[in-house]
Amino acid sequence: MSFRMRTGFFLQTRTGCGSTTGPVSRVLKYCNSRSLAVVPQGGNTGLVGGSVPVFDEVIINMASMKNVVSFDKVSGILVCEAGCILENLISFLDNQGFVMPLDLGAKGSCQIGGNVSTNAGGLRLVRYGSLHGNVLGIEVVLANGDVLDMLGTLRKDNTGYDLKHLFIGSEGSLGIITKVSILTPPKLSSVNLAFLACKDYSSCQKLLLEAKRRLGEVLSAFEFLDNQSLDLVLNHLEGVRNPLPPSMHNFYALIETTGSDESYDKEKLEAFLLRSMEGGLISDGVLAQDINQASSFWRIREGVAEALMKAGAVYKYDLSLPVEKMYNLVEEMRIRLGDSSKVIGYGHLGDGNLHLNISTPQYDDMILAQIEPFVYEWTSKHRGSISAEHGLGLMKANKIFYSKSRESVQLMASIKKLMDPNGILNPYKVLPHSLSYS
Amino acid sequence: MKIMVAVKRVVDYAVKIRVKPDKTGLETHNVKMSMNPFCEIALEEALRIKESGLALEVVAVSMGPAQCVDTLRTGLAMGADRGIHVEATGALYPLSVAKLLKALVEVENPGLLILGKQAIDDDCNQTGQMVAGLLGWPQGTFASKVVLDKENQVATVDREVDGGLETLSLDLPAVITTDLRLNQPRYATLPNIMKAKSKVIKKLTPQELKVEIRSDLEVVQVTEPPKRKAGVIVSSVDELIDKLKNEAHVI
Ligand SMILES: Cc1cc2nc3c(=O)[nH]c(=O)nc-3n(C[C@H](O)[C@H](O)[C@H](O)COP(=O)(O)OP(=O)(O)OC[C@H]3O[C@@H](n4cnc5c(N)ncnc54)[C@H](O)[C@@H]3O)c2cc1C
Repeated sequence: MSFRMRTGFFLQTRTGCGSTTGPVSRVLKYCNSRSLAVVPQGGNTGLVGGSVPVFDEVIINMASMKNVVSFDKVSGILVCEAGCILENLISFLDNQGFVMPLDLGAKGSCQIGGNVSTNAGGLRLVRYGSLHGNVLGIEVVLANGDVLDMLGTLRKDNTGYDLKHLFIGSEGSLGIITKVSILTPPKLSSVNLAFLACKDYSSCQKLLLEAKRRLGEVLSAFEFLDNQSLDLVLNHLEGVRNPLPPSMHNFYALIETTGSDESYDKEKLEAFLLRSMEGGLISDGVLAQDINQASSFWRIREGVAEALMKAGAVYKYDLSLPVEKMYNLVEEMRIRLGDSSKVIGYGHLGDGNLHLNISTPQYDDMILAQIEPFVYEWTSKHRGSISAEHGLGLMKANKIFYSKSRESVQLMASIKKLMDPNGILNPYKVLPHSLSYS
Repeated sequence: MKIMVAVKRVVDYAVKIRVKPDKTGLETHNVKMSMNPFCEIALEEALRIKESGLALEVVAVSMGPAQCVDTLRTGLAMGADRGIHVEATGALYPLSVAKLLKALVEVENPGLLILGKQAIDDDCNQTGQMVAGLLGWPQGTFASKVVLDKENQVATVDREVDGGLETLSLDLPAVITTDLRLNQPRYATLPNIMKAKSKVIKKLTPQELKVEIRSDLEVVQVTEPPKRKAGVIVSSVDELIDKLKNEAHVI
């Protein structure tokens, strides 16, 4: 039987000045003593089934741990509970004149604890780097209920093994994150966004290179989508319009700059865009003139995942690949699948991260057999990662060997065994079933 | 025919407004400023009229501090042919703006003056009406549809009024102010941004236009509206009636 424990209930036991971590600790201690499996659950927006119970796990939902503990306006260090919704943190910081170093399409629901547990990348990674750099400390409850206080707020701390990194991206399989301390950059007032059309993939790639070289200090996002992705968004999401006249463009790129001087930044971006247009890297484009226009451009890029969901069944792959080879996979996949499905490619070009999605009217084993293991073998052959930012969760746990050596995975399994000897934390996830249950 | 369009630089529509701590006005330091959305609609309408062959030139004008040039640049990138900036540093209220516009109309002689129905910063909704009064021109405010008859020099304007739609026929020259549903403004495309680089923005001062900027209004204090209190959930109809009677005193 699967039953749902809600933290709302736990938190009623909280004492005036004490932390809210106590209940999580007591639940884990109890579950561990009885060998009851648990699933930590954040906003449930993960894309690989990491937060979904498989059999009879107890769900530990973190939504009630939603308080900001402290914010230091001088250092920009935010300490908050794991259940804070990303968008709430973004607006909290906005009032203080700071920004979160990560932003992603699921911000309205996902929680910072979920983001850290999946080491989420998102739209601004090209600027601010990964959570391994921005998370300064965490508080985590181990499988046996022990609370590990690593809630440091230091930028530099080379004392022994930096254990927090084990929990960043381990998808709740080593402990439950209850608090996070994170370094947030000051909010800069001048943000500009361009939505651009490119005739082919090689132009997108050259444009990225040029953008890094010429906009380096202000570049804050470089995203791309193919015209199949745009079509999907236009067909399935209401109120979205194509910023450019409908025509034969094959690729679209979004370039965002964030800086401190409105007129300087804008001039710089405009000059860059005009030069790229003259050089043929861009075939057309628009520059947002206000925040509303910028949001509507972002809506297109951020809406692809939602549009896919509305379009029917979807096979999702989140791959790290060398930028120059990245789109070959999409093209090869199109040839393999023919007319049976729509193959679309989009993603964080600036980070070499492709979201390959195959949209079909319904799930079909014949189609799946065409996709897998081909997509994993292809990625592995090009020394890419079969999960760039979404994690392995339930759906990709057994695929880990495409990206990690047997020795590395073996060491991971030993760590798991050491930290969670009864295997109660998020079982069937992350590590291959052959190893975790032998 | 020439069309003149007034465009105002305001705090961006999507920015959460903050009152300055000393209560003298809104915080605009380090705040994103953009073209007033109703002015964008006004400019879009002018551009469409020009593109349909009914006008030859669109002139965008703006009054205010030096940065208004950025707003005019946006207007030029959308497609306006040239810009005029009347530089004025102090507070500008609708009557002063209307007088400046009147002076500009006398220099430029447009057949149509289009404005937004209001600016989203002060929501005054006065400038269009005032300038029409000063010029003695007919006015079609809150336009949701504009049709020009070139031969008879008449503009037919559908306006959104409380009771529904009202249709007016205006002899040109006339003043039109735009409502939200009139059109969907275009984006600034790169080719147009490139073209805009060579377009001219002329700078004028109120003195040159012989307009004295005098404030007939004094702002005493700017404060936030009172915060709405959270609602309460009652457990029964009886409790609701009791609260309405004894707490809210409405029944
Ligand atoms: C529209 C959309 C866009 C997205 N865009 C991006 C993107 O750009 N980049 C990107 O990287 N990802 C993206 N994602 C996926 C991303 O992984 C998640 O959205 C987010 O990081 C997960 O947070 P969550 O709170 O929803 O976690 P959940 O889905 O609830 O959980 C994710 C995993 O973390 C574990 N977990 C959750 N909370 C805790 C905790 N407190 N302690 C320990 N373990 C925990 C769960 O057990 C599970 O394994 C997107 C998802 C959607 C739906």
